Amino acid sequence: MKLHLKVWRQAGPQDAGRFENHTVEGVTPDMSFLEMLDVLNDKLLAQGKPPIAFDHDCREGICGSCSMMINGRAHGPTRGTTCQTYMRNFTDGQTVVIEPWRARAFPVMCDLVVDRSAFDRIQQAGGYVSVNTGGAPDGNCLPVPKDNSEKAMDAAQCIGCGACVAACKNASAMLFVAAKVSHLGLLPQGQPERSRRVLAMVAKMDEEGFGNCTNQYECEAVCPKAISADFIARMNRDQIGSTLIPAE
Amino acid sequence: MQLESRAPTGPLAEKWDRCKMEMKLVNPANKRKYHVLVVGTGLAGGSCAASLAELGYNVSVFCYQDSPRRAHSIAAQGGINAAKNYRNDGDSVERLFLDTIKGGDYRSREANVYRLAQVSRNIIDQCVAQGVPFAREYGGQLDNRSFGGAQVSRTFYCRGQTGQQLLLGAYSSLNRQIAQGRVKSHPRHEMLDLVMVNGVARGIIVRDMVTGQIERHSGDAVVLATGGYGPVFYLSTNAKGCNVTATFRAYRRGALFANPCFTQIHPTCIPVTGDYQSKLTLMSESLRNDGRIWVPKTPADKRRPDAIPEGERDYFLERKYPSYGNLAPRDISSRAAKEACDAGRGVGDGGRGVYLDFADAIRRLGEPTIRERYGNLFEMYEHITGENPYKVPMRIYPAVHYCMGGLWVDYRLMSNIPGLFVLGEANFSDHGANRLGASALMQGLADGYFVAPYTITDYLAGVKPGAGTDLPEFAEAEAKVGGIMRRLQDARGKTSAQVFHRELGKMVWDQCGMARSRASLEKLLRAIPEIRERFWKDVSVPATAGGMNQGLEYAGRVADFIDFAEVLATDALTREESCGAHFREEYQTEDGEAARNDAEYSFVSAWQNGGEGNAPVLHREHLKYEFVKPSVRSYK
Repeated sequence: MKLHLKVWRQAGPQDAGRFENHTVEGVTPDMSFLEMLDVLNDKLLAQGKPPIAFDHDCREGICGSCSMMINGRAHGPTRGTTCQTYMRNFTDGQTVVIEPWRARAFPVMCDLVVDRSAFDRIQQAGGYVSVNTGGAPDGNCLPVPKDNSEKAMDAAQCIGCGACVAACKNASAMLFVAAKVSHLGLLPQGQPERSRRVLAMVAKMDEEGFGNCTNQYECEAVCPKAISADFIARMNRDQIGSTLIPAE
Repeated sequence: MQLESRAPTGPLAEKWDRCKMEMKLVNPANKRKYHVLVVGTGLAGGSCAASLAELGYNVSVFCYQDSPRRAHSIAAQGGINAAKNYRNDGDSVERLFLDTIKGGDYRSREANVYRLAQVSRNIIDQCVAQGVPFAREYGGQLDNRSFGGAQVSRTFYCRGQTGQQLLLGAYSSLNRQIAQGRVKSHPRHEMLDLVMVNGVARGIIVRDMVTGQIERHSGDAVVLATGGYGPVFYLSTNAKGCNVTATFRAYRRGALFANPCFTQIHPTCIPVTGDYQSKLTLMSESLRNDGRIWVPKTPADKRRPDAIPEGERDYFLERKYPSYGNLAPRDISSRAAKEACDAGRGVGDGGRGVYLDFADAIRRLGEPTIRERYGNLFEMYEHITGENPYKVPMRIYPAVHYCMGGLWVDYRLMSNIPGLFVLGEANFSDHGANRLGASALMQGLADGYFVAPYTITDYLAGVKPGAGTDLPEFAEAEAKVGGIMRRLQDARGKTSAQVFHRELGKMVWDQCGMARSRASLEKLLRAIPEIRERFWKDVSVPATAGGMNQGLEYAGRVADFIDFAEVLATDALTREESCGAHFREEYQTEDGEAARNDAEYSFVSAWQNGGEGNAPVLHREHLKYEFVKPSVRSYK
């Protein structure tokens, strides 16, 4: 296969940035999208040109590093991360537009690399159970109903890639924050700090410049882990409840 | 050099308690005067940094990823072992200890492994308290599954994402300390050198991967938790960014590298499809609980798997190892798969693959149960290969997965350099010549939560806190790092570092992979200097002065892999026996099993940098078995 790429190039945060055209030949169906870019980067380096910078690491869909807008869709045409997008989903001669995540809270650092440290700061605001190492009681002292633990796991599997923000017209981080809040909120371990947590994390999310939710569910549609937008409703209930009647 | 393990004397079960009583403490008010640098934020680094900060120390953490949460521990799928005996199936600390020692083919320290088994129980409790959503039974109790190399069910799990959930637990504890100001986090920073002052580890040199600035950081102790060196084989299940640079540059400064030839090949990975391939994807070992591994009995049988009748299939693990069957340990299962493919009975394009078939399990348990147990793994498989494993058997083949070898450490996890602690996969300590499934997560968290906080405290109690970076040693290290980067950029060649990496990796895999021989290793040792020479002449590195430069980062790592491959091959060459994952073709039994040589090789090989152009120097730590009698490791 031969593909025509229009790739976003931006030397640094202050650079205006522009699209650059490249043609990649010899693309095979079993190649991953990132491997296709590896091939292009090898070619650029052989010509003494700067390779395209992009975040990637595990290349098996779990670390959440990769983050590309492919033809206007976060992570590309199929469900899953960019690294788990395979070239069998593209056709010979197709033009592919590759952009970084676009959001005020995710400034572009270089080419396709954006700064997602806002996600870390939101979690630092309260995304934990305050327990020190040592002295925890036996794990089975605290029975957790299977359904709750399954539901908590549905939320906890968020990989923090930021596709939800990139896909949202408001650049809202509600799905991400809701997943984090719900994971702990559904478990008995998370109850003592439940009100404090949701209030602090939502406040931090707003402070970081993410938008609000207007129920478009684009986030759920692109989430590589298919995290349900129902968690947003759950977080809203939690937040309102905590504002009116704090659990602590 | 005399290598002292510092393992306490006395009965096995009392050693760790005795050691804890012997170690010194630091007064709570004095703790805040100390500063510890932790490099790497996976399970070992993340848990250690959080626990040290909880004690009251100042901690700085560094990782090359954009967030501590992305370290490669996150990719561990199957689970974490703990000797809880919740199943009443005869598990105990002793049994986990024995399984691990035997699994490691009697090449690990008794005292270390026993301690690991002891603290395994605390780890589960700690993680539950943090809110890790472990799988539960309907009664609300923790669920278990079984894993290779064990006949009890002691593996705790969170679907197929156990590493992710445990890492997010450690990361949440770390975040709490960052919020309280006791941990300073430095993501997108890569460690490029260790700084020693008067023979003691006192700091590191890092590169800010965003600005390109070289920075000096000083501390009263340095912790390396930088993972393994799997990508020396190029293709592996490791992340693309995993590298040997931090540990290898510590080696260059005098830290000993132990047992580098003990590299684990995981039996269940998705087979290679082409040259462009950048990594291999693991399919969790837990799949072997319900999947059956087979190949056609006749070579070059091209029929569809469902067209091959039961009688014409060879379930080779069940046949060769009836008591462990499909749950035989990783090294044994991998070699059996290689053997089948070498005999021409492999499946798929290229014939390097075996079937992992769930048809029986689906018939027995129903598709919903299988989906609940392995749903995300099946989905991942289908995504990558385009085949539906509920209908067609998976095709799998072994791939490089984990490194038992690493920097040498004593019982207190300190390297031979005072003040340099090494945790998790980066050290060599607990898995001997082969690691059992679900034991890496256990070891990383044991080191970080329950061992290092005690032993680092003991070390700090003996040092005067506070040292600046305004020392000639820092200037020298900084200049050295700058020199390497300039040399890479000055090559102005025409070939990307990736091309060299691929070439090196293929060579290391072919000559020093699942099977090694004197001839293959000597061939490898002849080829490495030739690659190195071409690399430094022809590597193409973008010549930007500052800012982000991923090409420069990568080229530096490949340069270290090339040099490290020599140490790896030298170790494999001098260990003239087969044990665990290290299979020397010259040393095998009549039926093709590893022939271990306890009389001559019951030691840890610890390699010291011999200096520019010289071969590494071997030091031996002899292993004493006081409580276990090493026996032939049979899973038949």
